[in-house]
Amino acid sequence: MKQAKMNRTTRSNLITYLMVIAFFVIFQILIATGNVSSLLKGQLVPICAYVVMAISLNLVVGVSGELSLGHAGFMSAGAFSGIVAAGYLQTMMESETLVLLIAMIIGGIVAAAAGVIVGVPILRLSGDYLAIVTLAFGQIIKSIVENLYVGYDANGLQFSMVKNTLELGEGGKMLITGPMGANGMATISTFTMGFVLIMVCLFVIFNLVNSKSGRAIMALRDNKIAAQSVGISSSKYKLLAFVVSAAMAGMAGVLFALNFTTVVASKFDFNTSILILVFVVLGGLGNMRGSIIAAALLTVLPELLRSFADYRMLVYAIFLILMMLATNNPKLKGFLQSISAKIKGAVGKGGEANG
Amino acid sequence: MLFLSYLISGISLGSIYAIIALGYTMVYGIAKMLNFAHGDVIMVGGYICFFACSYYGLHPLVGIVMAMVVCTVLGILIDRFAYKPLRQAPALAVLITAIGMSYFLQNSAQLLWGSGSRVFSSVIGKGSFSFFDGQLTINYLTVVTIVVCIVIMVGLVWFINQTKRGKAMRACSEDKGAAQLMGINVDNTISLTFAIGSALAAIAGVLLCSAYPLLNPTTGMMPGIKAFTAAVFGGIGSIPGALVGGLLLGIIEIFAKAYLSTQFSDAIVFAVLIIVLLVKPTGLLGKKINEKV
Repeated sequence: MKQAKMNRTTRSNLITYLMVIAFFVIFQILIATGNVSSLLKGQLVPICAYVVMAISLNLVVGVSGELSLGHAGFMSAGAFSGIVAAGYLQTMMESETLVLLIAMIIGGIVAAAAGVIVGVPILRLSGDYLAIVTLAFGQIIKSIVENLYVGYDANGLQFSMVKNTLELGEGGKMLITGPMGANGMATISTFTMGFVLIMVCLFVIFNLVNSKSGRAIMALRDNKIAAQSVGISSSKYKLLAFVVSAAMAGMAGVLFALNFTTVVASKFDFNTSILILVFVVLGGLGNMRGSIIAAALLTVLPELLRSFADYRMLVYAIFLILMMLATNNPKLKGFLQSISAKIKGAVGKGGEANG
Repeated sequence: MLFLSYLISGISLGSIYAIIALGYTMVYGIAKMLNFAHGDVIMVGGYICFFACSYYGLHPLVGIVMAMVVCTVLGILIDRFAYKPLRQAPALAVLITAIGMSYFLQNSAQLLWGSGSRVFSSVIGKGSFSFFDGQLTINYLTVVTIVVCIVIMVGLVWFINQTKRGKAMRACSEDKGAAQLMGINVDNTISLTFAIGSALAAIAGVLLCSAYPLLNPTTGMMPGIKAFTAAVFGGIGSIPGALVGGLLLGIIEIFAKAYLSTQFSDAIVFAVLIIVLLVKPTGLLGKKINEKV
């Protein structure tokens, strides 16, 4: 049988899958042999959550070409609905994995619903106006969650807004207490689950991007008027990308939230949205592998910089600025390229001399 | 009467937003970038004035002038080192650089001045005017804020429309290439815009801290985001739009706090923004640019 040559996209996607798998296997081995510091071990699930956030935002910003500054809003919507679901389900089910799975699905559905509610009206805006509206939406979600009180007792789930008016019966428990967030949750997220979520999201995104819908989304990004003139519905395809991305962000939110005993709404604020946007831009727009690497490295970086103590966020800020200058300024870029060419040349010559 | 006093405090808060929004909108108009570090320049202005007045006991006016000078220099330096090398770069790269700059300013402030909050003593003496037999009182700060905002607006409109430099600015925001061919120094014009925007941010910082006297390294964040919203609300790039947007945002915020819900005031402000943008996608006074094929 003639072996067909793999096309470039397939090969590139395969490398990305393999990279994630390798990363997972290496860390599993390191954990098993006890070579991972507890600090890094605690970072593994957040890394997975941020990786999923980064690739899902990349679907909106990179593939669909719409700047979103409120991605953490979907994370928040997913996280808190996931917390409620998990808190309630734990009274009925034994298996933690099953609880986490159902909580993640519910979080994804709630975030997707939020994505539809937000996306339908706002996707007719464009550019900076769209950005500001997504920012506004993120703030609204934060306000709502900060004033939400949820608890359960024998009668089932109970909600109240603004003031805590819940009167829980015997054995009742508060799940979300307004600005104090959710407290005393069981930490049921696992690294394995995070890995599975990354793989599933990658699979969905790669298949979406390489499908007819994906090409329609990219056509709308590259030239909206031309795409519309050949009959591609702008609102339909932009909404598709937006909602898929929101659902993934919601699932990542559940994964993230259930890794801690306490989560407050202000964890998912404007700064978190920006952080994720930074991952996407540093990794390269539309480049999923880049997003994964950037998200993983930049989540670990502030921890690695701990020896700089007070200066670590300052170093991080300078790093960001220099990264952007180095990759985008024509002069600096040319200078760096000439250096790397010289190094390559020197290595090449050295190799010849030795050989 | 209560309504009137809410309205006046809304206008006062809105004036501060408008002054900050002017900085955003001018920079956006000319450099087509969202300057996220603008909010942090406000914070720096607040700190400079705080130290000048409270530590060295200088006259408040001297403090304000010092804050303006420092912020102007800071604005020019930020533009020179972070934004100028990226003039031709994609918009997102510039956005991330601006965010990096914002982190940089916040963390530098934290290292230099500590993360604790400081109590800013108002630069304007306490006291108030009373009307209708004391049913309506307006304190001096409110009056000064509104007057300052009006003076700045009138001054800016005059500068942009009547002077040669202002003309150069308008030319650069229309078409940089053509402006350069006409002998306008585009880089200097952009620097000038940053300078003016930062000086305004210093004034806004002092007024803001006088009204809400807690000063810490993240003081500028929320007013920055709100003012940015105000700029978009009025139509980003438009100077009268910044005024209208800022005032409306301030009034809506105070009314929402007074009549609807304190906790949800921010959510209400942003919800109104979304509704306005859905009806008028380029803001209240923004120009509608039709795409040509």
